[in-house]
Amino acid sequence: MAFDSSPLRVEVVSADGLIWEGDADQVIARTTEGDIGILSHHEPFFGVLVPSAVEVITSDGNREIIAVDGGFLSVAENRVSLLNAYARLAGEIDQAEAERQLNQAQLALEKGDVSTETMQSYHRASAQVRAAAKAAGRH
Amino acid sequence: MASSLRELRQRRKSVSATKKITKAMELIAASKVIRAQQAASKALPYTRELNRAVSALATHSANLEHPLTTRVERPRRAALLVLTSDRGMNGAFNSNVHKTGARMRARLEEQGMEVKRYVVGRKGIGYMKFRELSMAQTWEGFSDAPTFANAHEIADVLIKDFLTPYEEGGVDEIHAVYTRMESMLTQTPRVRRLLPLEVVEGVTELGEQDHIPQYDFEPDAATVLDAVMPVYVRSRVWFYLLQSSASILASQQRAMKSATDNANQLIESLTREANQARQAEITQEITEIVGGASALAESSAQD
Repeated sequence: MAFDSSPLRVEVVSADGLIWEGDADQVIARTTEGDIGILSHHEPFFGVLVPSAVEVITSDGNREIIAVDGGFLSVAENRVSLLNAYARLAGEIDQAEAERQLNQAQLALEKGDVSTETMQSYHRASAQVRAAAKAAGRH
Repeated sequence: MASSLRELRQRRKSVSATKKITKAMELIAASKVIRAQQAASKALPYTRELNRAVSALATHSANLEHPLTTRVERPRRAALLVLTSDRGMNGAFNSNVHKTGARMRARLEEQGMEVKRYVVGRKGIGYMKFRELSMAQTWEGFSDAPTFANAHEIADVLIKDFLTPYEEGGVDEIHAVYTRMESMLTQTPRVRRLLPLEVVEGVTELGEQDHIPQYDFEPDAATVLDAVMPVYVRSRVWFYLLQSSASILASQQRAMKSATDNANQLIESLTREANQARQAEITQEITEIVGGASALAESSAQD
């Protein structure tokens, strides 16, 4: 493969559609093993993500932050796809709503409700709150 | 005669009131079906990326062994997921689904399997209840605008059932009856096997110089597979829900359009009949008056 400086092609896909796509210099995500930074021409990679905020450093120097509650990151031939049914762009998160859901989930957890649904909504809300905070803090 | 004229007019009035309703429903369905189609096409990238991931996994590990892909030697119980609508007024939509479902059930029973039913949609639930057919679980209230959370819930129930051994009430196979939206004019009910999954290798055609990327898996291929498989099942169910919802609305639009057309025809013929009756009444009145006048003239002439 010829080494050029072509940027990464990134696609963020949720169950409701393609929520972001564009060129990026770097993608930073958290897999079950820890944080991973993907640069241009990364070797083919497939990772399982944990609920977190994924950062995409775009070619024009901006940052996109995406809240995920799990999902996958796959890299091949300079294409990165971020796959998560409930992925949300940080800019589109209603922080108050996310915090409310987080509180609700926490209350349920404290009451001993450890059903998968509660856990999922807890993870989703906490990832969204983190992503929103991250986006607000550093912009 | 006068009463029949009034009756005709009354009927025409009631038909035109019904026509207004069906016309409105047709327009509503027409606008909703566009939205449903958009939702269905928007979900395509997700399914496409997942398919790519699964086929990458399949090419990576030659023996793709996973509980969700393992076939049982002699399946004894099968689940049938039937996707119907919550409301009627959509022509033969639900009866087509039930017909296909019944055929599938007969086939499964021929193979010596016991059938467990899962039903989505109020109409389907009503149908099963009326026939006193048992249902393992039902869902309702989202047939024309499903969300991914609905698909998530249904898929998780089905996966759990599939992973439960037969002796404890689990199923060995899961089939889904949904309606595929071919176009605005054709929607065909279909049966697909949902579980055990059939993984098709190399969905993307590879050219001569293309090489299959050797993926690096994190944490490892087996764990990744464990994580991908349930998500894949959810995306299948999601696809079925979206297709069915678009089909429901398209059938509704068509059914309401023909209802409106019928109402128009009926109004036309009722108007004709009413006019005829009115004309007959007038003619009769004239005849009576003329008859009365000539009778009077005759009697005065005799005087």
